Amino acid sequence: MDTNGSLNGNVPDGPLAEKWDNHRFNMKLVNPANRRRYKVIVVGSGLAGGGAAATLGELGYNVDCFCYQDSPRRAHSIAAQGGINAAKNYQNDGDSTYRLFYDTIKGGDFRSRESNVYRLAQVSANIIDQCVAMGVPFAREYGGQLANRSFGGAQVSRTFYARGQTGQQLLLGVYAALSRQVAAGTVKMHSRTEMLEIVLVDGQAKGVITRNLVTGEIETHAADVVIMATGGYGPVFYLSTNAMGNNVTASIRAYMKGAYFANPCYTQIHPTCIPVSGDHQSKLTLMSESLRNDGRIWVPTKEGDPRGPAEIPEDERDYYLERMYPSFGNLAPRDIASRAAKRACDEGRGVGDTGLGVYLDFTDAIKRLSLPVVQQRYGNLFDMYEKITGENAYQVPMRIYPAIHYTMGGLWVDYNLMSNIPGLFVLGESNFSDHGANRLGASALMQGLADGYFVAPYTVGNYLANQTPGDYSAESSEFTQAAQDVKDRIHRVLSIDGKRTVTSFHRELGMICWDYCGMARTDQSLTKALDLIPALKEEFWENVSVPGGGDELNPELEKALRVADFLEFAELMCYDALVRKESCGGHFREEYQTQEGEALRDDENFSHVSAWEAPRNGGRPVLHKENLEFEEVEFSVRSYK
Amino acid sequence: MDLTLKVWRQKDAQSTGRIETYQVSGIIPDMSFLEMLDVTNERLIEEGKEPIAFDHDCREGICGMCSLVINGKAHGGFSGTTTCQLHMRKFNDGDTITVEPWRASAFPVLRDLVVDRTSFDRIIQAGGFISANTGGAPDGNAVPIPKPDADAAMDAAACIGCGACAASCPNGSAMLFVAAKVSHLAHLPQGLPERGQRVLDMVAKMDEEGFGNCTNHAECEAMCPKDISISHIAKMNREFIRATVRGD
Repeated sequence: MDTNGSLNGNVPDGPLAEKWDNHRFNMKLVNPANRRRYKVIVVGSGLAGGGAAATLGELGYNVDCFCYQDSPRRAHSIAAQGGINAAKNYQNDGDSTYRLFYDTIKGGDFRSRESNVYRLAQVSANIIDQCVAMGVPFAREYGGQLANRSFGGAQVSRTFYARGQTGQQLLLGVYAALSRQVAAGTVKMHSRTEMLEIVLVDGQAKGVITRNLVTGEIETHAADVVIMATGGYGPVFYLSTNAMGNNVTASIRAYMKGAYFANPCYTQIHPTCIPVSGDHQSKLTLMSESLRNDGRIWVPTKEGDPRGPAEIPEDERDYYLERMYPSFGNLAPRDIASRAAKRACDEGRGVGDTGLGVYLDFTDAIKRLSLPVVQQRYGNLFDMYEKITGENAYQVPMRIYPAIHYTMGGLWVDYNLMSNIPGLFVLGESNFSDHGANRLGASALMQGLADGYFVAPYTVGNYLANQTPGDYSAESSEFTQAAQDVKDRIHRVLSIDGKRTVTSFHRELGMICWDYCGMARTDQSLTKALDLIPALKEEFWENVSVPGGGDELNPELEKALRVADFLEFAELMCYDALVRKESCGGHFREEYQTQEGEALRDDENFSHVSAWEAPRNGGRPVLHKENLEFEEVEFSVRSYK
Repeated sequence: MDLTLKVWRQKDAQSTGRIETYQVSGIIPDMSFLEMLDVTNERLIEEGKEPIAFDHDCREGICGMCSLVINGKAHGGFSGTTTCQLHMRKFNDGDTITVEPWRASAFPVLRDLVVDRTSFDRIIQAGGFISANTGGAPDGNAVPIPKPDADAAMDAAACIGCGACAASCPNGSAMLFVAAKVSHLAHLPQGLPERGQRVLDMVAKMDEEGFGNCTNHAECEAMCPKDISISHIAKMNREFIRATVRGD
């Protein structure tokens, strides 16, 4: 392992609270009349990508935006239920920019970059204003003012919401803004189009190679700058709350071309998901964390208690979060609540047929608030639960279990959200920058829109101001070579003609990752994963069966290309988890825990971002460290007791 | 559960389609409808046959990507349920299930059960937005919005753009989809400056895309997985008349 000096995050000088304002002034501008001469590629159409594409289009740049779904309105930001944080202090309960900043740094277990997080908290208030202006129907009080609720990991009410469909409403706002720019001719939308390669010319990102998912045509797109906002890598675990099509392909392709991949081992396991019901399961469904505001989580005190929940008396129930974390109770952060659920189930106190579940009980809430109030707050979630499980959660407690939900790791970016490849910007969940080792609830929507609406439009402009527009050619050898590489890869996967389906490989990979690199990890388990994954990868390339051809709509081929890239990525994730010999946030190494079983950080040796460079000639990836320096906050043990 | 599936198969947009029959066994009631199709596809691949192409993504009823006319009804016709949320416990052992793509001339079939819904995108591009550039928005609480208005806007905004309304309508009308957006924005003060032009442009685009007109069958409301009310169509009609009379 080669360890260089600290990576430079290009953080501006000056006091934390003034960095962004100063930087905005110091950045170069592109003359409005010149903007249309610059071509911008945006891959992804969620909150970050769609927001950036729309905003850059409004500014007058010439934007091409890509998504694999049939419409940009389907991007998975749409599935976020609970809400979006903003430091508005509308509730007069002591919130401030600094408190949101501090909560996010602490929630991330002191593994995020201070300056980025402060900027996120600063622009959070603008996001709400912007969304209201665009017609997002946030929940309102009777006086017509915006409503707020509290959310996991915070003691103030700073979460804005639109019933249980906040992500949907924010994404439809982005989609509306994007549609307006499509009509205006500034953005060209390419739906059902998947990015399969990034193209560098003289070390700079200058374009992408895509596949038209309807015709199979391999297309070449050149531009002055490439923005990737392609989401997280949760489906490396096969079962997750992510959409079926979510994938790591864009990120791993950039990684193979030299972009650093930061902190891949930081994965978030969400505590409140509907438990797995059988081998056929294709995805897991999240029940919004907002349920924890009023629901109480418990398991029986006795191991293997066969009684139904109604027959278990109060004194034989263990409300373990309230017991262990009295000041946060059921609102303990996600990583902590997930591990507590796992521990209860490992002790044999889990509920349901599989024993992998805990109760989320609304009996007390219904008594306290009345049934109509609970219905009004959570009705759509209860309906969703009933559709999936066939059970009425107003009468019997919900059963929940943790599931993979979000990934904090991602491509390394500097303060400008630019990767180490000049001209490649990475936004939203696909970058690593703001959530450290654990993301707080209602912060993903905030980061996606912050990056897309309020950060990238400035920093991308600053980059372009130093570029000569149109300094690329889609006919150059770099593009033809990259297109040929894609065609070869497709040909190779189609010609294997083996015996196993793509899904069976994906499922097996997911099991390896969940069992050995999931909620709890050890040196031994990770070493085992690092043995199993290369073997599975080898088998994939010898024995996968992909029916159909490359020049047609072929969902199995799409899956095969994604699974091939997940196999590449899984090894990197497990390797990062192996060498990070500490526990922090979502990364829990059993060897490093306190006597009470809490994560034990090692600030002396691991207060850094691990940014991985792809190996040149086989072997292990190369580590580059960015040391995390905290000017404002002091390291503390994260306590929610 | 053992089932007989009758599925629409069509190579591509140019080819002629046909119904094919498949026997599937070992389906369990906890599977979702799409997981049942996954299992069927896995078996088809193992038998060296082409799997059935269908659209899906989030599998939690919110992205609007899944479709399917199941036994003649969009999303299977179960109240407030998308195909991805439909579970096999709603069917019986031995059932024959017919699975077809969305049926509307403005949604051409691309392959098997996959259709092209970009006509919906073009209707939104015609005016389904509020023109507010990023930056410079006033404080979110600067304009109070009465809770009933905010709630009515949210009721309409819940539309997931799946196309079940148009697929269910005997006229192939997209009125419920268009009305949901018109009504959402017309209920909010921020949407009022453009209300006239918006409804005129969106309705004109809807007609141009080849969607039919509304003759009050209300199949759209009955099949809408988000329970969007046809009262929004009435709202759109009022907005349309207002804009026409005013000469917007």
